[in-house]
Amino acid sequence: MTSRHLTLACIAALALVWGFLPEFTLTVMSYIGLYALVASGLVMLTGVGGMTSFGQAAFVGLGAYATAWVCTSTDVAGWLPAGFPAALLPWLGLVLGLVCTYAVARLLGTVTLRLSGHYLPLGTIAWGLSLYYIFGNLDVLGGFTGLTGLPPLTLGGFSLASPLHLGPVIWAVLLLALWALNNLLDSREGRAIRALKGGRVMAESMGVDTAHYRIKLFVLAALLAAVSGWLYAHLQRFVNPTPFNINIGIEYLFMAVVGGAGYLWGAVLGATLITLLKEQLQDWLPRLLGSSGNFEIIVFGLLMLFVLQRFADGLWPRLAGWSQAFLKPSAPSARAVAASRLDQRVLPAAGEVLLDARAVTRRFGGLLANNNVHMSLKAAEVHALIGPNGAGKSTFFNMISGVDTPSSGEVRLMGEAMQGRPSRDFAVLGLGRTFQHVRLLGQRSVLENVALGAHRRGHRGWIASMLRLDRAEEAALLAEARHQIERCGLGEFADRPAASLALGQQRVVEIARALAGQPAALLLDEPAAGLRHLEKQALAQLLNQLRAEGLGILVVEHDMEFVMNLADRITVLEFGEVIAEGTPAEVQVNPRVLEAYLGGELNGAGA
Amino acid sequence: MDLQIALILGQDGVVNGAVYGLIALALVLVFSVTRVIFIPQGEFVAFGALSMAMMQAGRVPATLWLLLALAVLTLVVEAWRHQRGQPVDWASTVVWTLGLPALASALVLLVKPESLLLQAVATLALILPLGPLLYRLVYRPLAHATVLILLIVSVALHGVLVGMGLLFFGAEGFRTPAFSEARFDLGGIPVSGQSLVVVAMAAVLVVAMFVFFERSIVGKALRATAMNRVGARLMGIPTELSGDLSFALAALIGAVSGLLIAPLTTVYYDTGFLIGLKGFVAAIVGGLGSYPLALAGALLVGQLESFSSFWASAFKEVLVFTLIIPVLWWRSLNSRHVEDEE
Repeated sequence: MTSRHLTLACIAALALVWGFLPEFTLTVMSYIGLYALVASGLVMLTGVGGMTSFGQAAFVGLGAYATAWVCTSTDVAGWLPAGFPAALLPWLGLVLGLVCTYAVARLLGTVTLRLSGHYLPLGTIAWGLSLYYIFGNLDVLGGFTGLTGLPPLTLGGFSLASPLHLGPVIWAVLLLALWALNNLLDSREGRAIRALKGGRVMAESMGVDTAHYRIKLFVLAALLAAVSGWLYAHLQRFVNPTPFNINIGIEYLFMAVVGGAGYLWGAVLGATLITLLKEQLQDWLPRLLGSSGNFEIIVFGLLMLFVLQRFADGLWPRLAGWSQAFLKPSAPSARAVAASRLDQRVLPAAGEVLLDARAVTRRFGGLLANNNVHMSLKAAEVHALIGPNGAGKSTFFNMISGVDTPSSGEVRLMGEAMQGRPSRDFAVLGLGRTFQHVRLLGQRSVLENVALGAHRRGHRGWIASMLRLDRAEEAALLAEARHQIERCGLGEFADRPAASLALGQQRVVEIARALAGQPAALLLDEPAAGLRHLEKQALAQLLNQLRAEGLGILVVEHDMEFVMNLADRITVLEFGEVIAEGTPAEVQVNPRVLEAYLGGELNGAGA
Repeated sequence: MDLQIALILGQDGVVNGAVYGLIALALVLVFSVTRVIFIPQGEFVAFGALSMAMMQAGRVPATLWLLLALAVLTLVVEAWRHQRGQPVDWASTVVWTLGLPALASALVLLVKPESLLLQAVATLALILPLGPLLYRLVYRPLAHATVLILLIVSVALHGVLVGMGLLFFGAEGFRTPAFSEARFDLGGIPVSGQSLVVVAMAAVLVVAMFVFFERSIVGKALRATAMNRVGARLMGIPTELSGDLSFALAALIGAVSGLLIAPLTTVYYDTGFLIGLKGFVAAIVGGLGSYPLALAGALLVGQLESFSSFWASAFKEVLVFTLIIPVLWWRSLNSRHVEDEE
């Protein structure tokens, strides 16, 4: 039995016994489904995307109030054409709720997600409070008493008035959402989403517009909350502001974190635990403490602190760990799909200038990190950038890869002026790079890490990924990634987690990731550091081969033997200025270079 | 609205803004030193105000039992860490877990202060050690976690403390007597002595913090930690102590703020949250990094709140919290390149 079988068996069992459960259990189950739907959005946001929101309850409220208003307001009835079927009102309410939620989430995302990660949650706290007061103070929404008399949902003339009938719909929506989210995570777009957490600089260098992805992810989580609110309103049949308060927003986050913020099923586990616990606590705590009030928040808070300090990943991975004893690992889906063709880049002819830095200067306050640096990289050459520590190599590297912008001077890539443009534009134009400090997603497999490099060679979007319409392209992306991994000599490690490899090998994984993007120019930041002698030889061989294929390669490296044997041209930096440029033979005898590397005056060198 | 009303509202705004300014300073301090976005800051405000109110009602404030419990728990944790061979700074531990709690207990249980001033001192002795104790128990084990995780921890802690506030003080609110009953008339505008006390006290605290950070070696060490944690540690600055100190200062500022506002407005167990969040809106104006901008933001929040309570009192909170959107938008205009978070 695999975990997939177990999941299906559980769903089937739930469906079978549903009709025999007591009313109370059905109600609780329905609420668990509703909460899990919200929590699954938070899992995507928090555990996968590395952001969070305390204001999800407000989005639930938007979904609930939208349909409540549409279904009960006499104004709305007046605006609609006569004879508009009442059974369609809730669906109109759903559309309105989704549109409002989209607009609000989009706005909030746009203003916060370009800033550091903690501004979004702070913004959602403020927004969650605002909306609570808006609900409570708008007469048209019934003030703090709310709106009553909502009609039940009807499906094909069948009324879904009780939890017995609406519950299965709620769970169907939840399971459908989990299926779609699971598909999304297992796709090109999912890799980009996961990359958000691994550092935005890396993701941008792979061509991912991180701000845009963050906004989309936030909107997705908000829409899931709004759908939950819509179902909630028609389950309760009345709405008031209380369940959409910021406290409940915090409770949703508790569910995601306690269950396991990195796992979709963690949302279901967390929603179940917190809901059942709340039920018990609201029973016991007032008796224990002798007064009534919202005391379960103390227990939830302490539970949350305990989980964050001891089980940072939540409880789901523990459960999954235990179940491995009797579950077979799921086989990767065996359905063969004909791989589609990825975008191919026409490489420039040998000798053509790919990257051209002219008079690049970078100041940090009073410090002149780069002063009037000229350097160019041509197709089919290896150009090395060397210099002592602190010479300004990393600063320069950042500017020619779009991580930083020169204070003055010009950077051109494929003939286009690039100052002020983000690094994802560099990636699109054909620049691949590695990082001095390895930036891989350690928990993900080498294959997935490398496939991220080919991000911009595919085009299937979020919806296609959710509906599994991306399989041909996905097969092509994975095949390309596997090809690059094998080419770099790491074929046997393709399915291992990236963090399990030695540091030197991780550097090579970064090269494979850059190659998966089919770059014309390749920027390598200390690729040989941490490699053993034989590995260095293999790397040199690979770079020679790439040069023969027409790539222009810029290497920043301290290993002189490696550089001198490989490079066609060398640029030497010291104190932010170019002190020499030429072939390895020329540079090796340049007195300024010798002085920089050996220190002091070379007395008698000319004698 | 005529000029007189505008001036009265403006005065209200300045008084509220002064308190938000204090909170904003504490938030910026804690964030820059420890990377913790300290949502529970407002709970110190409420705990301070309500502990004072309970003492005036002749009851023992339940915050004392919280303080003693946290002190014992911290002692146990430090002993356990000592057992496992981890370095423990016993000198500071004794101050936080024995010295200050003993002082607070003596004041509350034995002296039973009658004068406002002594009651205020007792309140500060009660609340101040809560800061470092909570830091050690809640945040220190997660010192290397991301800002995001620390924020989630803060929200969880806020939940725990608010729940305890309800347990300790009940659902009803309290108002304490003013420190000054004087009333002045400034060109036709009535000014209460308490308002002047608030503004003066806030000004004194701001100046004291400025002097502390600019002149004292401990203040400089805190600033160094805020700029570069690893660098500061390499220079021999105990960064753990920096956490203790910044949380102690935050608790002190919170308690003082509570004492200042309790005569002006009725304080409930959950009032602190809203006050703290308004401090946040102010701190965000300065990007959680600039003290002067945070103060300016606090005055802006105070004015906005006071004028919106006149124009649209039902939507006062909505307007104040919605201010965060244009502020964030303005800040995002200044950030061009993506940067990695810790």
